[in-house]
Amino acid sequence: MAEGNAQGGKTEAFGAEVFRVRGLTKTYHSGEVEVQALRGVDFSARAGEFVVILGPSGSGKSTFLNLVGGLDSATSGQAWFLDHELTALTDAGLTRYRRDHVGFVFQFYNLVPSLTARENVRLVTEIARRPMRPEDALAMVGLQDRMDHFPAQLSGGEQQRVAIARAIAKNPEVLLCDEPTGALDSQTGIKVLQALLAVNDAVGATTLVITHNVAIADIAHRVVRFANGGIVGDAVNPTRKKAEEVSW
Amino acid sequence: MVGRLSPLRIKLLRDLVRLWAQALAIALVMAAGVATLILGVGAYNSLDRTRTAYYEANRFADIFASVTRAPRSLGDAVARIAGVLDVDLRIARHAILDVPDMAEPGTAMMISLPGPGGLNQLYLRAGRFPEPQAKSEVAVSEGFAKAHGFSPGAQFAVLMNGQRRVVTITGIVLSPEYIYALGPGDMMPDERRFGVVWMQEDALAAAYDLDGAFSSLLIKLAPGASAERVIAQLDLILARYGGVGAVGRKDQLSHAFLNAELNQLRAMSRVLPPIFLIVAAFLVNMTLNRLVTLEREQIGLLKALGYGPWAIARHYVEFVIVIALMGALIGCVAGAWLGVGLAQMYARFFNFPFLIFSRSPDVYAISTLVTAVAAVLGAVHAVSTVAWLPPAVAMAPPAPVRYRRLFGNAFDPTVLISQSMVMVARHLLRFPVRTASSVLGVGFAVSILVGSLWSFASIERMIDISFARAERQDATLSFAQARPQAALYAVQHMQGVLVAEPFRIAGVRIGHDQVSRQIALTGKPAMPDLSRVLGLDETAMLLPEDGVILSEALAQILNVRVGDRVEIAVLEGDRRRVWVPVSGISLGYLGLNAFMRLDVLNRLLGEGAMISGANVSFDPHAVSAFYQDVKATPQAGSLALLKVSLQRFRATMAQNLWIMITVYTTLAAIIAVGVVYNAARISLSEQGRELASLRVLGFTRAEVAGLLYSELAAVVVLAQPLGWAIGYGFALAMVRGFASELYRVPLVIGPAVYAVASLVVVAAAFASALLLRQRINRLDLIEVLKTRE
Repeated sequence: MAEGNAQGGKTEAFGAEVFRVRGLTKTYHSGEVEVQALRGVDFSARAGEFVVILGPSGSGKSTFLNLVGGLDSATSGQAWFLDHELTALTDAGLTRYRRDHVGFVFQFYNLVPSLTARENVRLVTEIARRPMRPEDALAMVGLQDRMDHFPAQLSGGEQQRVAIARAIAKNPEVLLCDEPTGALDSQTGIKVLQALLAVNDAVGATTLVITHNVAIADIAHRVVRFANGGIVGDAVNPTRKKAEEVSW
Repeated sequence: MVGRLSPLRIKLLRDLVRLWAQALAIALVMAAGVATLILGVGAYNSLDRTRTAYYEANRFADIFASVTRAPRSLGDAVARIAGVLDVDLRIARHAILDVPDMAEPGTAMMISLPGPGGLNQLYLRAGRFPEPQAKSEVAVSEGFAKAHGFSPGAQFAVLMNGQRRVVTITGIVLSPEYIYALGPGDMMPDERRFGVVWMQEDALAAAYDLDGAFSSLLIKLAPGASAERVIAQLDLILARYGGVGAVGRKDQLSHAFLNAELNQLRAMSRVLPPIFLIVAAFLVNMTLNRLVTLEREQIGLLKALGYGPWAIARHYVEFVIVIALMGALIGCVAGAWLGVGLAQMYARFFNFPFLIFSRSPDVYAISTLVTAVAAVLGAVHAVSTVAWLPPAVAMAPPAPVRYRRLFGNAFDPTVLISQSMVMVARHLLRFPVRTASSVLGVGFAVSILVGSLWSFASIERMIDISFARAERQDATLSFAQARPQAALYAVQHMQGVLVAEPFRIAGVRIGHDQVSRQIALTGKPAMPDLSRVLGLDETAMLLPEDGVILSEALAQILNVRVGDRVEIAVLEGDRRRVWVPVSGISLGYLGLNAFMRLDVLNRLLGEGAMISGANVSFDPHAVSAFYQDVKATPQAGSLALLKVSLQRFRATMAQNLWIMITVYTTLAAIIAVGVVYNAARISLSEQGRELASLRVLGFTRAEVAGLLYSELAAVVVLAQPLGWAIGYGFALAMVRGFASELYRVPLVIGPAVYAVASLVVVAAAFASALLLRQRINRLDLIEVLKTRE
């Protein structure tokens, strides 16, 4: 964990500290079995940073993302987003937080099948505080020509790009992606990564990408490794690759 | 126990436990269907059997005739008519009642006691029959005794033919002739003011000057004999003695009213159960479709393991049959329990000595079977869509649901409304059949209420037209026999009388083409002020110088219009036959009526200026004086006090109103909750993933619940006009079905009826939506992100 703090100093090129996490623990009770998913994680991330979080299944990386994304509450420890203490928020507070500050991208896109691409984005811009135009968000991910298609009429990669457009259309401070390329082949996955990088560049949102695909780590500013519910590595990439340069 | 069940059966039980709320909602809808069926059929059968048994045990006559006065020797001639099994001659006359606890004079039907083996035997409830030689002993009808708290030994006075006589009650009895005891001139039973009094024949003969004569005749027909033929011959024999036409059972007042009531009961048991079963079938269809969609992969797996399509089909059919059996069981218990209550209610209203509960197992068996069939029919579609799929196809996820834009590409209204409403609209339109059946189901709930609650407003209107606008008199005083016009002055001079208006009533047979009816033709002054004749436009009609005014119902039966000529055969006096033009059609809901100007009718009868009685309005402060005078009037035959009866009728109706509202509201609520709850559960199951995703995107619980509620609201709102329309149809069908020659009910459905129906259903929908709120709150945000649908 000390390593994480030490590395923190090297990210001063970025803005203010967006996430600050101290001793975050999450224990699940399923029946009589107790599962410690997170064991006292310390972490921080700055504005505009693009962080890839690596780790095998069950290492706690998704649990971590859910906690900082306000989807779940911690068992102990603290997590701050700017000056909001996430671990102290009620369900309503967390909803507010997700609504105003967080963009999510998931492995299975989670689009609303009865809404077109544009309408899926509009769904979020309607409730956001300072949204961009849905058309602009879709253009940013290269889907300006497929805006009126329903999810069922789009390929997996296109659907994931709609999900990214939907996530960034609210101009979020943070963009949280859980295995965004997990359901896609390499070629399509690269397009999605390109979109993510472009968005990170243009919007300046702190981006956390969870993956078990090591190849993706090369495009990040920083790589955090999870194992057994804790962070076991935190390193800044000396050189970043472009999305089209990686393959798996 | 579970260990010995096959794995599919265990799955069935677990599915039932898991889906208990939905299964219960469906079972309750089925239960309502079964209960209404058992209730209706059971009460109908109970009453029908009770009546049949009662008629048989007490030798209820088949034909009824009355004459002014005929020699007893005529009995032999009547007995010789082919088809006549038994003849009973008796005396039956109206008398004025003077009962200590009642200021107003009542009316008694004085009847000679049937002899041993005679017809219309009495059922002795308490005490004993009058002794043969006791001229002042009487038996009275139970309803009358109860209304006055009489028990054997009690005394009251009757004015027979102007002579006052104090009589002593020895027995309290019931008669098959007065199951529905309607007094003369009354429009609804009022057993406080109307009593049937039986006494020894010679006492009556002396009082009415009928020694060796009779005034009423009863006939029992041989099995298979034609009533019409016997009546035709009987009328010929009795014509000379003032016979006004004999009637068969179907026109006997008590029997006819009971029939009308039984028909209503049967009509209800034909309308309601099918509604519930249809709704239940489509609820099964809706729920099972969703279940098999969710279990598609499991079904594929089972088939891959070697289970055949029929085994799969049987599994799901068993699932719905278990639900159907649950519903049938609840329905049978509720139906049996309510059926007893209903039959008892009827037994109280009608005077039956006993009640035979019909618990024929076939009704229960049939309703259970019908419910199971409805359930299986509902399951057919869902099961057939998956049971026959090849395993590989079944195991693959179903093709994604295709949505379409609301108006194609030409115009995009979605920019104008919020995207969540677009979701709602597209989801509803994507499954048009399901949406339509949900709308229809909720519509049925509304229609059940509209189709039942309208009757109160309609009865009010019937009362308003009949009593506030047409018959405005306080009392109708009928003489025992027609009297000269001068008798009107005597009435006008009675204490408290403000206005007295004469009328004349004559028994006639009125006909046109092949159709004819035996009715009372009423003569009134040209422009009566109390007892008016209203036209179809509800304004008072002037009685014409010649011609007759027919009530709407009679005109319809005879198929005549204004200007047509009808034949009137007078059934009294010198029995003239004349053809007269129909000069007007009048509004009326009770009975078949015809009106003429008093002097015109008198000319037709050829007996000079005579009147049958007078309609009277009296000074409310001098009521008791008026009553005293009536009791002291020898010529008075009976006194009808419509407004007094009306008050009692209203009180009874108010009681029934609440029972009915409770029953129908419960039934409607069961449907509404069943449909809305199931629709919501299925919608939540289908869209749970999307709704959880929205929560992740920052939608609040209320916003997500709002989405689901909007969908339900759309269904409920669309269902209202449909329900009103269907309900109107039910009401119309009922009005047509109920219309008898005794009465017809106007169809009046005010806005209040629609409003109440909608409010009840909306409240039920609201309640079921609340039941779902917990489930929406529990949506698992993380789970949906981990799984592909």
